[in-house]
Amino acid sequence: MEWLSPEEVGIILLSLRVATVSVLVSLPIAIAVAYGLSRCNFPGKAIVDAIVHLPLVLPPVVVGFALLVLFGKRGPIGGWLDDWFGVVVAFRWTGAALASAIMGFPLMVRAIRLSMDAIDRRLETAAVTLGASRPWVFASITIPLALPGIITGVLLSFARGLGEFGATITFVSNIPGETETLPLAIYTFTQVPGGDMQALRLSVIAVVLSVVALMASEWLTSRRRASSNHD
Amino acid sequence: MIDVDVEQQLGTFHLNVMLVAQAPVLGLFGRSGAGKSSLINAIAGVTTPTRGHIRINDVTLFDSTQRINVPTAKRRLGYVFQDALLFPHLSVETNLLYGLRLRSNADQFIQPSRVIEVLGLGPLLHRRPGALSGGEKQRVAIGRALLAQPMLLLLDEPLASLDVPRRTEILDYIERLRDEFRIPIIYVSHSVAEITRLADAVAILSEGKCVAVGDVDDVMNRMELKPITGRYEAGSIIDTTVTGHDNEFQLTTLQFSGGELIIPGLATRIGERVRTRIRARDVSLATTRPDGISILNVLRGRVIAIRDESGPLVDIQLAVGDATLMARITQRSRAQLGITEQQEVFAMVKAVSFDHRSIGYA
Repeated sequence: MEWLSPEEVGIILLSLRVATVSVLVSLPIAIAVAYGLSRCNFPGKAIVDAIVHLPLVLPPVVVGFALLVLFGKRGPIGGWLDDWFGVVVAFRWTGAALASAIMGFPLMVRAIRLSMDAIDRRLETAAVTLGASRPWVFASITIPLALPGIITGVLLSFARGLGEFGATITFVSNIPGETETLPLAIYTFTQVPGGDMQALRLSVIAVVLSVVALMASEWLTSRRRASSNHD
Repeated sequence: MIDVDVEQQLGTFHLNVMLVAQAPVLGLFGRSGAGKSSLINAIAGVTTPTRGHIRINDVTLFDSTQRINVPTAKRRLGYVFQDALLFPHLSVETNLLYGLRLRSNADQFIQPSRVIEVLGLGPLLHRRPGALSGGEKQRVAIGRALLAQPMLLLLDEPLASLDVPRRTEILDYIERLRDEFRIPIIYVSHSVAEITRLADAVAILSEGKCVAVGDVDDVMNRMELKPITGRYEAGSIIDTTVTGHDNEFQLTTLQFSGGELIIPGLATRIGERVRTRIRARDVSLATTRPDGISILNVLRGRVIAIRDESGPLVDIQLAVGDATLMARITQRSRAQLGITEQQEVFAMVKAVSFDHRSIGYA
């Protein structure tokens, strides 16, 4: 890879790692929350819904600041994590992943919930009358039928993770090799004299990564649609 | 044995059904909104009644006083929905085996190979539900319910979403599985033709209540139920035995206690039992034995009831042997012939009025 410098490769790999880990960690939680919002009626549902959507409407800096307060070494959650597990997320790449996960969470939940809402609930009833337990109905009927939404949610959240800037820089700062993801690196180059060329190179890479991710999800969804209609 | 006594409030609709019946096939008849599906949902456990009990073959599925409420998944009732509800992401074969795979081996008395054969599902196994016709979907849905090894099949208007030729085809399949697997069936329908063809007993639902239950023959002929069973569909059911075939004219002779019926040729053996349904509007009356007419079936009967309609028509119920026959004529004909109760009359039924839909194998 001669046309990419080792620094650039490092930035790309870090960005991919941050986005991938953020998606993997948030996916199970997003599925559970989407299922709860789609299938259950409980007091305070509107509040849960609002909290889930909060990162979508808040300035990312505010989210980053909130994360810093909560997950910082002396924050209520960060301190607890450090005391009990020796885990520190502030100013680490894991913190960048956490920020990405939070920012992408509403997009993921929305996409999954919409596809779960679109499932004919009577299919689940039919499965129950055939003797299936609730967890098995969830695994064998709900999840497969919600898969297009899950794929879309994963993509949206992944793309959001690649592009995350405000919350990340506020929460984990801009540390080369640790928390300096693509957008942060681009920002850094625009701030130094003569860095425009570098910024442009990284921007092109960001465009390529996004287009590849988009095409991959399109391909996955269309392949699924084809196999459920014909065959 | 079906023993149901349930009460349930569903929005503004109040379901309050008391029903005890013992029949291989119990028809559940009523107009739409009468509570048929609500009752089936309560039996299947999809909804929970506020009060009462549900017992099937002496197994208590629900009892409010004993606080018994068997979960839907454990009720072992094969529920076939109006619109099949096949799982769209699974192949026909995986759909069929969905319930079977959840049963222990000891519970498996219905084998996939027999279900596939009886319902003619072989060529469909590797297709996707999206590529099936309505009739095929319904057959797969019935097969899927059967393979979940149910102690009772609940068929909720399985023909409602099908066109007329498909309906006849599915009815044939349901008759075959009834004879082959000997699982009791509750068959929900608002069609008299389907009920009379399949059911041995019928329960009539109206406004959330069971207003009548009993032999299809008895219940369907009861005059006071006509507002529910319908004016257009009025008719009578006669159980007969095949006594002869006329190969030259392709006719079949059926015998019952009131005489003989000649109908277009049936592919049945002599001695076989056949259930026929004669629509009231296909029966005309004469006070003397008619002569020189094309009508093949002339039956001697006695008037047992006359139901005056406010319109130009009147329904006259006749006793013909042990059977009951209903005739629908105009008020004017009745006046001209001077028909009164207990009078002896001759009922005429054209052989061509028997079609495939009105004849079933009992």
